[in-house]
Amino acid sequence: MINLLETPIPAPTLEWMLLAPLFVLLGVGALGILLEGFLPRGTRHVVQASLAALGILVALGLTILNWIQEAPSLAAMGLLAIDGPAYVFWTLILVVGLGGVALFAERRVAGDLSAFASSAATVPGSPLEREADRLRREHTEIFPLLVFALFGMLLFASTNNLLVLFVAVEIFSLPLYLLTGMARRRRLLSQEAALKYFLLGSVASAIMLYGVAMLYGYSGSLALAGVADAISAGSGSKWLLLGGMLLTSVGVLFKIGAVPFHAWTPDAYMGAPTPVTGFMAVATKTAAVAALMRVFYVALGGLAWDWQLLFSVVAVITMLVGATAALAQTDIKRLLAYSSIAHAGFILVGVVGAVQAGENVSISSVAAVAFYLLTYGVATLGAFAIVMMVRRAGGEANGLDAWRGLGKRNPVIAVLMTLFMLSFAGIPLTAGFIGKLAVFASAWEGGYGWLVLVAVVMSVIAAFFYLKVVVAMWFQDEDDETVGTVETPSIWTWIVLAVAALATLVLGIVPGAVLDLFASAAQFIR
Amino acid sequence: MTFPLLTVLALVPIIGAIVLIFVKGQVGKLVGYGFALTTLVLGVLAFILHTQGAALAEDVSWIPAIGAHYALDLDGMGAILVLMTVILVPVVLLAEWHVGDHETARWSGSTFFALALLMQGLALYVFMASDILLFYVAFEATLIPTYFLIGGYGGPRRRAAAIKFLIYSLAGGLVMLVAVAGVYAATAAQGSPSFLIGDVVGLDMGTNMARWLFVGFFFAFAVKAPLVGLHTWLPDTAEQATPGTSTLLVGILDKIGTFGMIKICLQAFPEATQWATPVILIWAIVSMLYGAFMAFGAKDLLRLVSYTSISHFGIMVFGIFALTTQSITGSIFYMLNHGLSTAALFLVVGFMIRRRGTADIDAYGGVQKVAPVLAGFLLLSGLSALGLPGMGSFIGEFLVLAGSWQRYPIHIAFLVLAMVLAAVYVLRMYKTTMTGEVTEQVTTHVTTDLTLREKAVVAPLIALLLLFGFFPKPVLDVADTAAQNTMATVGVTDPAPQAEEGN
Repeated sequence: MINLLETPIPAPTLEWMLLAPLFVLLGVGALGILLEGFLPRGTRHVVQASLAALGILVALGLTILNWIQEAPSLAAMGLLAIDGPAYVFWTLILVVGLGGVALFAERRVAGDLSAFASSAATVPGSPLEREADRLRREHTEIFPLLVFALFGMLLFASTNNLLVLFVAVEIFSLPLYLLTGMARRRRLLSQEAALKYFLLGSVASAIMLYGVAMLYGYSGSLALAGVADAISAGSGSKWLLLGGMLLTSVGVLFKIGAVPFHAWTPDAYMGAPTPVTGFMAVATKTAAVAALMRVFYVALGGLAWDWQLLFSVVAVITMLVGATAALAQTDIKRLLAYSSIAHAGFILVGVVGAVQAGENVSISSVAAVAFYLLTYGVATLGAFAIVMMVRRAGGEANGLDAWRGLGKRNPVIAVLMTLFMLSFAGIPLTAGFIGKLAVFASAWEGGYGWLVLVAVVMSVIAAFFYLKVVVAMWFQDEDDETVGTVETPSIWTWIVLAVAALATLVLGIVPGAVLDLFASAAQFIR
Repeated sequence: MTFPLLTVLALVPIIGAIVLIFVKGQVGKLVGYGFALTTLVLGVLAFILHTQGAALAEDVSWIPAIGAHYALDLDGMGAILVLMTVILVPVVLLAEWHVGDHETARWSGSTFFALALLMQGLALYVFMASDILLFYVAFEATLIPTYFLIGGYGGPRRRAAAIKFLIYSLAGGLVMLVAVAGVYAATAAQGSPSFLIGDVVGLDMGTNMARWLFVGFFFAFAVKAPLVGLHTWLPDTAEQATPGTSTLLVGILDKIGTFGMIKICLQAFPEATQWATPVILIWAIVSMLYGAFMAFGAKDLLRLVSYTSISHFGIMVFGIFALTTQSITGSIFYMLNHGLSTAALFLVVGFMIRRRGTADIDAYGGVQKVAPVLAGFLLLSGLSALGLPGMGSFIGEFLVLAGSWQRYPIHIAFLVLAMVLAAVYVLRMYKTTMTGEVTEQVTTHVTTDLTLREKAVVAPLIALLLLFGFFPKPVLDVADTAAQNTMATVGVTDPAPQAEEGN
C-alpha cells in the first residue's frame, strides 16, 4: 500500500513570465470580489470598472511583451501551449475584454442606470426589487465576473491538454451563465435565457467530457501530443477514437454556436443584457474557435479526413440555418444572434481547409480564421454598442421598427451601423470582406472549393437581412409609436465605437500588416 | 517617384464626395460640380498622355500576405472608358441639378452629387486597375453609392428596385469572389500568390480550373452587362430610378461587364474563352433579339430605353466573343458611343417625363409641336441609338458586323435583324410621342421647351456622337491597338481577309 504521506508531491514548475497574463487576470478577479466587501457602495462602480480595465490592460501588455520576447513554448508542465496562435487569440480576447468593460460600465444612455439588474437575487416584480431599484442599487460584481470569464477563455485558447480543455470551458462558462441572467429590463426573459444557456451548456460540457474520456481511453494520454502520437501509431479501437472525436467536437461546437448546437444562441443573446451579449458573442466564439483548431489540428490532425467532412457538413447547415432564420427576425438582437450563427458557419469554412503556411501557401487557416474573428469581433462590438443606444421609454428599443428613419434622426450613428452591417455582409472596403476573402482562399487551398461556392451563396442570403437594417435606417419613415431615440453614451462607449469603426475601415483598406502578423504566428506547438 | 496621375484622377471625385459631407446646399452642388470638372480635365489629360505612349503605371504592394497589389495602369480600352466616365458624370450632374428639390427625393441634391462622385471614383478605379483584387474591391464597392442613388431618388417603388439591383449584383459579385479566391489558389500553387493580371495571363492552371474561373468571372460580368436571364433588374431599376442614375448605371457601371470580359475573361483564360464561345455567342444573340422585342412592346419610356441597352449589350458581347481584331475594336468603340448615346436618350426622355409627369408612352402625342427642340434632340439621340451612319454608334456596330462576318456568317443575320428592329422601335416611339395631333394633356403639361441648362446637357453628347461618327480615327486607333493586344494575348489570329481591313 502506498503511503501517501511518504510519497513526495513534486512541486510544479511554472513559467511565471509566460503565464503572467493568466495570473494577473485571476488576481484581479479575486481582488475585485474581495473589494466588494470593503468598499462603500458609491465608489464601487468606478473602482471595479477601473480595476478590471487596468487588469486587462496589464494582461494585454504582458501578452504582447511575451509575444515579442519569448519563444513559443509549453508551459505549466505541458498543460498549456503558449505559442503564436495563443498570443494572437489572447490579444484578440483581451482587446474584446476591454471593449466589454467599457460597455458594461455604460450608464449614461439609461439615465445613470446600468444595463444590469439592481438586485439579481430579488424576485422580478416583487417589493424587494422595487426597493432595490429605488435605492439605485447595482451589481458591481459584474466586472470581476467578466475578468474570470476572460481568464477561462485565455486558458481555453491555449490548452494543450484535454482535461484543461474541460476545466477552462467551465471556468469561462459559469460567469457567463450568471451574467446572462442579470438584465435590468425584461428580467424573466433574461433569467429564462440564463437557465436555458446553463442547462444546454452543462449538457454540452458533459458530452465533451465523455468525448475526452473516450480519447483518453483510446490513447492513454490527456495531452494533445499524446493523442496525436497514438493516432499515428494506429493502435487501439478506431470506434473509440471516432466516438471521442465526435463527442469532443460537440462541446466546442456548442460554444461556437454551430448548428445543430445553436438553439441557445437566439434566446441567450436576446435575454442577456446587451453589453453581455456583445461580449460573449465575440469573446466566447474567439476562444472556442481557438480551442477547436488547437484540438483538431494538433491532437486529431491524423483524422483530418474524417473531421473535415464532419465540419464541412456542419458549416453548410450552420450557414444555411443562420442566414435563412435571420431573414425572418424583427428584433435586432435576435437578428444579430442568427447572424452570429451564420458567421460561425463561415469561420468553420476556414477551419475545414486546414492548410499550414509553407510551400505554396501564404495564408494558413489559423491566420485566416483569426483575421476573420478580428473583423467579426470589431463589427459585433460596435453593433451592440449602438443597440444599447437606441432606446424608447427608458429601455432599449430592439424592434427593427424602432430603427426606422434613424438616418434622418442621427446620421452619424446610422452611418456607423451601416458600416458594421456592410462589414458583416462582406462588402469590399470593409474589414469583413478581407476576412471572407482570407477564409475562402484558405479553404480553397485546402481543396474545398465547393464549400467556398456554398459559402458564397449563403453570403448573398445573409446580405439580405443586413440590408434590412440598412433599409430601415435610411429608407423607411419613422413611426411615432415605435420610434427609438438615440441616447448619447459615455466617452468609453464612444471610444469602443470609434475604434470599431476605424478598425473596420482600416482592416478593409490596408489589412496587410495585420495579416502578415497573424501569418507569422500561426504555427501550433505541441 | 513620378506624379501618380491615375491615383489622383480616381481620388479627386472621392475626395469631392467626402467634401460634400460638410458642404451642403447650393454651394455644395457647385463645389461638387467643380470636382466633376476637375476630374474631366484630369481624365482627358490621362487619355491624351496614354495616346502619346506615356508610362502611367503605378504599382505598390498592398496586401503582401496574399500578393495583392495597388496597381493601376491604362490600357487602350481602359483609357476610352475613363474618357467616357469623366464626360458622363458632369453631364448627368447638370441634368440632375434640381434632383433634390423634387418632393419624393429622400435627401438633398448635394447628397446625390456626393454619391455620384463616389461612384465615379470607384468606377475609375475599376477601369484602371491592373490587379484583380483591386478591380474586384472597386467593382463591388460601386454597389454602395449606386444602391443609395437608386433608393434615394426616383419613383415610388424604387426601394424594391434598389434591393433587386443590389441582390443581383451581389450574387454576381460574390460568385466572382469565388473566382478571385481561385485565382489566389491557382497563382499560389505556382509559387507565389499574385492578383496582377500580368501574372495571371499565361499562367498554366489546368484546363478545368481555368474553365471554372472563367465561368465565375463571366457570370458576374453577364449580370452587369445584362445578358438575357440575368437582366431583369435593369428595366425595373431604370423605371424607378431618376434618369441621371440610370445613365450612370447603364452608361458607366454596366460597361464594367463588357470591360471585364475583355480584360479578365479573354486575357486570363484564353482556352476557356474559346471553349465557351459557341454558347456565349448564341446567348448574346438571344439577348439582343429579346431586348429588341421587349423594347418594341414596352409601354414605359424608361423601360424601353433600358431594353434597347440590353439589346445593344448583346451586340457588344457578340463582338467581344467573335474574337477578331475588328469585332473587338468595334465593341470597344461601341462601349464609348453606347455610353454617350444611352445618356442622351435617358436624359432627354427624363426631361420629357419631368414635364408630362408620366413615363407612359401612350400619354404623349404631338410633343413636337409644343417643344420642337426637345423633339429634335430626342430624334437625334434615337438615331444614334439605332446606329444611323454618321453617328459614332454606327461605326461600332458596323465593325462588329464586319469583323464577325467571315467567321460567323449565319449569326450575322440575327445581328442585322436586331439592328433593323432597333430602327423600328426607336422610330415608332418617336412617332407615337412626338408626331400626330397634340393631345390635351400634352398641351397642359408640356408648357416649356428645353431650358438652356437642359440644352447644355444634351448638346455636348450629340456633338460628341457626331464627332465620333465623322472623325473616329483618334479614338478608334486606341481601340484598335487595345484589340490587337488582346488578340495577341488570347492567341487567336484573324481569319484571312477576303477584303481589305476596315478603318
